[in-house]
Amino acid sequence: MAEMTYLQAISDGLRMEMRRDERVFVIGEDVGVYGGAFKVTLGFQEEFGPWRVIDSPLAETAIVGACTGAAIMGMRPVAEMQFADFVSCAWDHLVTVAAKQRFRAGTPVPIVVRLPSGGGFSGGPFHSQNPESSFAHIPGLKCVCPATPEDAKGLLITAIQDPNPVLFFEHKHLYRRIKSEVPEERYTIPFGKARTHLEGDDVSVITWGAMVYTAGEAAKKLDEDGVSVEIIDLRTVMPWDREAVLASARKTSKVLVLHEDTRTGGFGAEIAATIAEEAFEDLDGPVKRIAAPDCPVPFSPVLEKAFIPQVDDVVAGLRELAAY
Amino acid sequence: MAVREAEPVGSLSEVKEAGLDREDLLGIYRHLLVTRGIEERGHILYKQGKIPGSFYTGRGNEGAAVGVATAMGPNDVGTPLHRDMGVHVTRGVDAWRIFAQYMGREDGPTRGRDGNVHMADSRLGMIAMVSHLPAMLPVAVGCALAFRIRQEKRVAVGWFGEGASARGDAHEAMNFAGVRQLPVVFICDNNQWAYSTPTHLGYAVEQLADRAAAYGFEGVVVDGTDVLAVYREARSAIEKAREGGGPTLLECQTLRMEGHAVHDDAFYVPKELFEEWAKRDPVERFRTWLRENAELSGEEEDEIGGRVKKLLNDALARADESPQPDPSTLLEGVYATPEDLDTPHHK
Repeated sequence: MAEMTYLQAISDGLRMEMRRDERVFVIGEDVGVYGGAFKVTLGFQEEFGPWRVIDSPLAETAIVGACTGAAIMGMRPVAEMQFADFVSCAWDHLVTVAAKQRFRAGTPVPIVVRLPSGGGFSGGPFHSQNPESSFAHIPGLKCVCPATPEDAKGLLITAIQDPNPVLFFEHKHLYRRIKSEVPEERYTIPFGKARTHLEGDDVSVITWGAMVYTAGEAAKKLDEDGVSVEIIDLRTVMPWDREAVLASARKTSKVLVLHEDTRTGGFGAEIAATIAEEAFEDLDGPVKRIAAPDCPVPFSPVLEKAFIPQVDDVVAGLRELAAY
Repeated sequence: MAVREAEPVGSLSEVKEAGLDREDLLGIYRHLLVTRGIEERGHILYKQGKIPGSFYTGRGNEGAAVGVATAMGPNDVGTPLHRDMGVHVTRGVDAWRIFAQYMGREDGPTRGRDGNVHMADSRLGMIAMVSHLPAMLPVAVGCALAFRIRQEKRVAVGWFGEGASARGDAHEAMNFAGVRQLPVVFICDNNQWAYSTPTHLGYAVEQLADRAAAYGFEGVVVDGTDVLAVYREARSAIEKAREGGGPTLLECQTLRMEGHAVHDDAFYVPKELFEEWAKRDPVERFRTWLRENAELSGEEEDEIGGRVKKLLNDALARADESPQPDPSTLLEGVYATPEDLDTPHHK
């Protein structure tokens, strides 16, 4: 085991796959000489050369579209969007071509698109978003949202091996803030298997990404109240671990769904609806959602704090549920 | 770098220089007939109510499609579009599977998951198109990128129409290919009408191939009704790309001889334009050329024509026997499995 930041764990997993499998290459804006806007691929071009760590023009459709072509030709491309927000420029390609090619034409598209996502540092409307729900809605795509360094590495390796287009949402706020023990060897973590971040008996929180830590802080406060909170970290929102969510709902009978993406049509709505359909008889209270309000991500620190769900918001929501 | 306007192909010796013997020429003729025959039969099937949805043809573009496909090497790949049936035919897709595709049957290349020319046989190096044009150009560039990374002497061919040239995908793809000098050839099927929109409402340069200069590679304009000129220019561009010379934009000028799709009578296209281009019908034009330059005899014509007719009749009958897709298989293939990667491409 080695202590790594979330960012180092992603670099480690990517480097490991590139060393192991010469079909894997990286393409994106400033990923080569500069090492990527967040330095995930720092030193990669020196090790793997300019044709496996490819600095692209500023053109997201060309980046992701080229990944599709190269993947169909047998490569295992890993694209970096400089910020997850810019994937909107490649949305058409991902949804129109990559997602449907296997279903329509029998041609798998094994690509990974890495997406530095999430807010919390005044990135404003175009450097802070969490667009996972809009992709989770598209049949044919997979969406991964790791919360821990260990998961980030193992899930990235799984993503590169997966025969489908995978969107890998890396939360920027976790990049250097979260550090933990990560196995040094190569390992994979399966998609669709949630992780119990915290075991508890009274209320469940279903969440992913940076909100896992917000939920963790809130759980400590609830513990002081004598309320035991269980936190389920989905790890992947498509596929998502329905069984783990339903099992936790049945165990605690009270569920809070928490995400940083905006509320309406957010992936939490799907989870809440599934719990209502499948575990209605087991519930002792309404399924509650806490999410960002339906609003673009604001720039001002004061406004952004009002936008992103905070520990106090989650504490209030959990207390309300506990008292129900 | 100015755009070059290609000369028509003249004599048989010129054709031999370009690498075609008489047998190849008869093969091209057969592919033109099969291409047109498939689309004519498709039209009838549509009118018989056997084709769900709409129906698209490439009448007038057969020479451009067959010419380019004939110039491709066996390991080259491409992303042909809805006017390029001739590419599928030349690469060797069986006619009966195309009819099955039209009818949404289980034996069509997409097994009823998609319709009309939205299909491809990946074993033949083709990648199935989508409706959004020119979305396949970045994909073709990606194929070329893979060849460049692995240092393989293979070429990708990406098709687009003059209508689709207005979209950003075309720009992003050509710019990236130019920057990296990738082994890709861009074929513009310029049939003058994007649905009802004429070229002067679609782009402001004189020739679309003029744009190539902006991306740092050569642009060539060729008469798309002259299958041999298309072949010669495509071959030269493909071999240049194969040898590391980078991309070429080859603009094949034709006229879309029917509506955008079967429901469209193309009332907005001047009659005189149809009359003018009807005289340059690619199939008739090549037949005449063969008679004048390659001693195509009446007997040979009848023999080839008869074989094509039988092939199409048999194909239709076989396609009609293909079962409807089983609704219980609806969800098959939404996500790929690791076994799906066990294809010639993905290995």
